[in-house]
Amino acid sequence: MALSREQMAMRVARELQDGYYVNLGIGIPTLVANYIPDGMEVMLQSENGLLGMGQFPTEDEVDADMINAGKQTVTAVTGASIFSSAESFAMIRGGHVDLTVLGAFEVDIEGNIASYMIPGKLIKGMGGAMDLVAGADNIIVLMTHASKHGDSKLLTKCSLPLTGAGCIKKVLTDLAYLEIKDGKFHLKERAPGISVEEIIEKTEGELVVPDHVPEMTF
Amino acid sequence: MSGFDKVVNSYEEAMAGLDNDMTVIAGGFGLCGIPEGCIAQIKKMGVNGLTIVSNNCGVDGFGLGILLEDKQVKKMVSSYVGENALFMKQLLEGELEVELTPQGTLAEKMRAGGAGIPAFYTATGYGTLVGEGKDVREFDGRNYILEESITGEFAIVKGWKADRYGNVIYRHTAQNFNPMAATAGKITVVEVEEIVEPGELDPTQIHTPGIYVDRVIQGTFEKRIEQRTVREA
Repeated sequence: MALSREQMAMRVARELQDGYYVNLGIGIPTLVANYIPDGMEVMLQSENGLLGMGQFPTEDEVDADMINAGKQTVTAVTGASIFSSAESFAMIRGGHVDLTVLGAFEVDIEGNIASYMIPGKLIKGMGGAMDLVAGADNIIVLMTHASKHGDSKLLTKCSLPLTGAGCIKKVLTDLAYLEIKDGKFHLKERAPGISVEEIIEKTEGELVVPDHVPEMTF
Repeated sequence: MSGFDKVVNSYEEAMAGLDNDMTVIAGGFGLCGIPEGCIAQIKKMGVNGLTIVSNNCGVDGFGLGILLEDKQVKKMVSSYVGENALFMKQLLEGELEVELTPQGTLAEKMRAGGAGIPAFYTATGYGTLVGEGKDVREFDGRNYILEESITGEFAIVKGWKADRYGNVIYRHTAQNFNPMAATAGKITVVEVEEIVEPGELDPTQIHTPGIYVDRVIQGTFEKRIEQRTVREA
């Protein structure tokens, strides 16, 4: 079975470490916050200027001046800090965020990522995504392995306008966990019950498959 | 007004001097921490051909979105737009130009503009459409693009509290782009929820020192929420 959204978030949560500062993109990446292991302290960075993002507020706590980068009302955890957008992107661009998790339309064997623009469709903008991919060393891209029509999203060369060039090393899809190195995808883990053959078939870019590919467990 | 007293009593005074084809730098992220009163005044004045530098362009009927209704905006410099149908319509019909700018680069363009730095190198956008036609330079084996800073004839800013001298404190994430916008305007207008006497704000807690601020006005704010997300109590 392909991973559910929740399982994708659970798998990424295993990459967290105690004391990490983490930026989670909009969509499935946001769900990672629900699977922070017990006893582990992680601070979530929201690029509109909040380090230490908490849960959604109760009805009584709702405050129009307290939002996250998705423009949702949120709270701050104990020990949080709030700052300007310039400060926020200084910590992002300066490589101070330990882990960044974001979605994408496509990635390729050179570590290029396309995530913000489909020509001819509605163009809304890149928001903070270009800064996040340029500034972070440890990035995990979360996406489905193939489109609804079966077209691979792991390519030899991205077809859509790039968000960043040569900046992606780790990709978790609903079928597999892969790393990008030396101009190739390297298959590291597969989703429970998903065959290596299916992953090979749905990966357009060159893929290195080791003799043994461990199955993820949940 | 006298001495360092920056307080004005009407939005007419606050926005006096704004004219067609000027550049206005606005604070705010989504609808959070936006200078609602200054935006309303710009609409009332009917000036047009404006270039607006702001992370977003409001929504239909609120925030900067209301300046589209009478086609007052010629160009938006933003990182994320299109929360409003009118924006997309004017963009597609060629009545509106948009310069999509990465969010961190936009913040830094304002910061640098206000700090007297004409341009800076950043890795953000290298190898993408944003980097096309821009100078590239390699530092320590990595490529960076040259981005030019931004200043404007006006900056419009939303603060929480200000004293009469224009020292400003922001509240929570309504800070966002406001401190940088405040530095980058030839005339910087700050509207706040409360004006206090000099000495009432702790000098060590000031976000925007009064030197950047030309006019302070007390406003009233709707503070519309874009995505109201709550949990069970």
